[in-house]
Amino acid sequence: MQTVKMVVTGPFNSGKTEFIQTVSEIDVVSTERKVSSEAEKIKESTTVAMDFGRITVDDELVLYLFGTPGQKRFDFMWEILSEGMLGFIVMVDSTRPETFKEARAILETFRAYAPTPYVVAANKQDMEDAWEIDDMRIALRLDPDVKLLPAVAVDRESVKSVLLELLGTILTEL
Amino acid sequence: MALKGNLRDFTITQLLNLVNLAQKTGSLIIEGPSETATITFREGKLAYAQVNTEDGGLGAILHKSNVISTAQYGTLKARAASMNDKELGLLLINSGYVSQEDILASLQTHFVDIIQRLFSWVEGIFHFDNDILVPGDKIPVKLDLENIIIEGSRRLREWEQLKDELPNLELALKFTDRPGVNLKNINLSVEEWKVVSFINPKNTIGAIAKANKMSELDIRRIVYGLLQAGLVELIRPEGVEQTLPGIDKAMPGKNKEEQKNLVNRLIGRIRSL
Ligand SMILES: Nc1nc2c(ncn2[C@@H]2O[C@H](COP(=O)(O)OP(=O)(O)O)[C@@H](O)[C@H]2O)c(=O)[nH]1
Ligand SMILES: [Mg+2]
Repeated sequence: MQTVKMVVTGPFNSGKTEFIQTVSEIDVVSTERKVSSEAEKIKESTTVAMDFGRITVDDELVLYLFGTPGQKRFDFMWEILSEGMLGFIVMVDSTRPETFKEARAILETFRAYAPTPYVVAANKQDMEDAWEIDDMRIALRLDPDVKLLPAVAVDRESVKSVLLELLGTILTEL
Repeated sequence: MALKGNLRDFTITQLLNLVNLAQKTGSLIIEGPSETATITFREGKLAYAQVNTEDGGLGAILHKSNVISTAQYGTLKARAASMNDKELGLLLINSGYVSQEDILASLQTHFVDIIQRLFSWVEGIFHFDNDILVPGDKIPVKLDLENIIIEGSRRLREWEQLKDELPNLELALKFTDRPGVNLKNINLSVEEWKVVSFINPKNTIGAIAKANKMSELDIRRIVYGLLQAGLVELIRPEGVEQTLPGIDKAMPGKNKEEQKNLVNRLIGRIRSL
């Protein structure tokens, strides 16, 4: 049996848990305690959180999805992620521009340490006040060759297409 | 009532405000995670400041503010080691090396820098001691606190923003290989050039700051500017063990065809969900 991993990262409340839950065949085991808006300010309580989902491909292959908001290099998650990571997805809440710079910082940290393909998901595109993709690309300072994908984490087709885009990127980089 | 507590509950801004309004005389002693600062006031005005981990001698302060050269500083350390600050100040003024204004300006900048640094401390035990006054051999200044408080609050906001933008000083920098970007055509300040000259996959941002004697705020501000301008990007420093392996390691023992086959199986499965 072989296992591979994909990581879903991004700021607090960007939709990581929702994204994984939407396609996982098991209930997302979240190590994250329900955090009140007060607790949101305390970074530690959210950086140790990690979601965990699974998609069985066939008898010999399983894909795990890990959700983590981490940006610190020495978080314990790096150890967990250090084997078999195919690529990562950076989730961004399109309705909360105040989180864009954090998303950018997370992206940069991951990119510096994980030389694997990635895509950026502009989540919550179903919401009225979601930013447009082109504006988000500028605000997030993404190079033209980085895939920035509109996403709705509560919608299965949308989550599938983000995963497929990442896999497509992985395939071209092999 | 004893004036003591933790910065978590009572901020530097609030403390300085209190000292200012109550026209206090004495010292505020703040024990942070890695250093202890002593800020001394006279009738609500800043008189003196010192951090226990740093050389607070006049020679070091004048050197830091580039009033005297490294060579001059070396000579002073060798020849005038036994002099106190007041004696040294007089000697330097009399021998025409520096003016009294230079000395006062350097001291003011140094003391204010120490206070400004305190604004970024979130954790720290403080107490106010009425009996600790400016040491007799030190040269005091007399500075209003209002400007320091306003500047500190402004810097605090900037500091918090920059820390969000650039949380990790353990990363290194590299020049972007973007076509059409030529450093020669870009107007960089002296400070920016200093940073640029250290850019190298072996140097972390923190190490560049140290080499240039820059504060975390200064280095973050400069690196952030360079990042914004698209001149540099963050990379993992060379020599540090790569934390996460690349795609090949994700599929160990497989050749390219097998890897492609594996990814195609994943694609097939996800399409069918
Ligand atoms: N409308 C909408 N709500 C979403 C979407 N994705 C996530 N949410 C909601 O946003 C909130 C935060 O999502 P969550 O997955 O817990 O964020 P996490 O902190 O990144 O794990 C939850 O209330 C989700 O239901 C989306 O695409 N559209
Ligand atoms: Mg979550």
